[in-house]
Amino acid sequence: MSFIADPIPFIITWLTRTMTSWGWPSEIVTVILYVLGALLLTVGAMVFTTMLIWAERKIGGRFQDRPGPNRVGPWGIFQTIADMLKIFTKEFITPVGADKVPYNLAPVLAVAAVLCVWAVLPFSKTVFGSNIGVGLLFLIAVGGLGEVAIILAGFGSNNKYALLGAFRAVAQLLSYEVPMVIVLLIPVMLTGSMGMNDIVAAQKIPFIVLAPVAGMIFFTSLIAENGRAPFDLIEADSELVAGYNIEYSGLKFGFFFVADFLHAFTSALIFATLFLGGWQGPGATNIPILGFIYLLIKTALVYFVMLALRFSLPRFRIDQMMNLNWKFLTPLALFTFMTTAVVNKVLPAGENLLRIGGLLAVNVVLWLIANWAMSSYMVRIPRPVVSGPRPVAVGEKKQAPKEEVAS
Amino acid sequence: MSPQQFFFIITAVVILVSALMTVITRKMMHSALWFVLALLGVAVIFALLEASFFAVVQVLVYVGAIAILIIFSVMLTRKAMEDTGSQVNKTWVISLLIVNLTAIGGFLAFRSWEVLGTFPTALMAEHYDIGELGMALIDPERFALPFEVTSILLLAALVGAIYIAFQRKEGKK
Repeated sequence: MSFIADPIPFIITWLTRTMTSWGWPSEIVTVILYVLGALLLTVGAMVFTTMLIWAERKIGGRFQDRPGPNRVGPWGIFQTIADMLKIFTKEFITPVGADKVPYNLAPVLAVAAVLCVWAVLPFSKTVFGSNIGVGLLFLIAVGGLGEVAIILAGFGSNNKYALLGAFRAVAQLLSYEVPMVIVLLIPVMLTGSMGMNDIVAAQKIPFIVLAPVAGMIFFTSLIAENGRAPFDLIEADSELVAGYNIEYSGLKFGFFFVADFLHAFTSALIFATLFLGGWQGPGATNIPILGFIYLLIKTALVYFVMLALRFSLPRFRIDQMMNLNWKFLTPLALFTFMTTAVVNKVLPAGENLLRIGGLLAVNVVLWLIANWAMSSYMVRIPRPVVSGPRPVAVGEKKQAPKEEVAS
Repeated sequence: MSPQQFFFIITAVVILVSALMTVITRKMMHSALWFVLALLGVAVIFALLEASFFAVVQVLVYVGAIAILIIFSVMLTRKAMEDTGSQVNKTWVISLLIVNLTAIGGFLAFRSWEVLGTFPTALMAEHYDIGELGMALIDPERFALPFEVTSILLLAALVGAIYIAFQRKEGKK
């Protein structure tokens, strides 16, 4: 085992040998290595988030035709570090009547819920936190902890806006969990296992080819779970001021901020792992570090698409958001699940052309039906016209139409 | 003391304290939150027993769904949140007696059970197979009947809930 091809297991074996040679019992060595690994992974993720925030702000700036952060360091790369230093020195303000323990526990739990996900994601063939047999269920269960954190924040702040924001956030997160969980059954079905390592190992052909409709539903639900635009009703500032984190200041707000950005990146990581083949790629089984690089590239691609959507789409109204979930995504997810189950059983097993083609054909049909249903629904819903068309530039001199200004 | 015993004792203390606080705390919201902590502790116990499936399902169902439901209903009934009456009713002496007798009796009965003295052994790889659980649930020789009965019960609850919540739209054509 060479250091270049597979650095982390190399370091682990070296550390184990060193500590055993000091005469420490193997049980203690294992515990120390676990604690060290968890610490390094979480601290690494948190530090990585500072770069992530910079990247997102920069890309967002470019999307919206403005420079983005460009003052601190080259291309503004140290902007987040300056922001962090500022946030460290800010005062903690606890609102009057706040419930102290839930109020202070919420930011910690919000970050912890996201970091827990990293425990089961395989980063390469040899580097993963834990290969539990129910990895996929673990992902969903830990998502539930994030909702508890939001409720704690909303309840503990003693603020009506925070409480309303928390209610709305949890309603959205719980709703979008339904199609997400149904669709997650499809990778499980195609693999025959819920372990994350097995799911990645089964993706010689990425599941986005075998189940594109499922992948798209999952992608939409992930954006909604993040609370990013177009699903950013959680922090709809025109309606809720700031949502559940309105009463937080200083580092406590920073925790929510970090949790938000880390959650977005983690979602991209989950999508890349479940539908784009994770670390799979040419040569990744022999040289595991290559697999890590493949995973990073795939994740960056998914993340970029998420950012493109975030910075170019307007926000849904809350009834539109709920309609999209319950009247469109959930039935579509159920149909996709059932048809994929039948087709997957009928066609011969293995990676032959018939099975791939069959699954693809079924997905295309599903896609067409969904498209037809959605467009016919969009035609039927009434669209209230607030005001008539207002010509901005008129060529010849004309009587300007009387402007009907609302209110 | 092995690391496993160490974690077990900590978890057990957390579960007991939070279960007690669930009952004796004044604010209903706080007792719901203590309840969440107790449920999480049970999930940790499952994880210590290497029953990862049950640990995850415990978090998923109880913390992710039921606890949030309870918190929602507590929040929506704001009047009941600041309860000022007595926390016990008339029969608390008898209840305390019965509970204590049951606990002591159970303890004495279980003491003679030799499985308690043994230490749990590490599970083999084949015990991790969740497929076995799935097969057991649909096998008519084993648990197919209880499984189906449970699903019918849940379906009945679902239909009942919809019936109660449904508003007849008579005004609309």
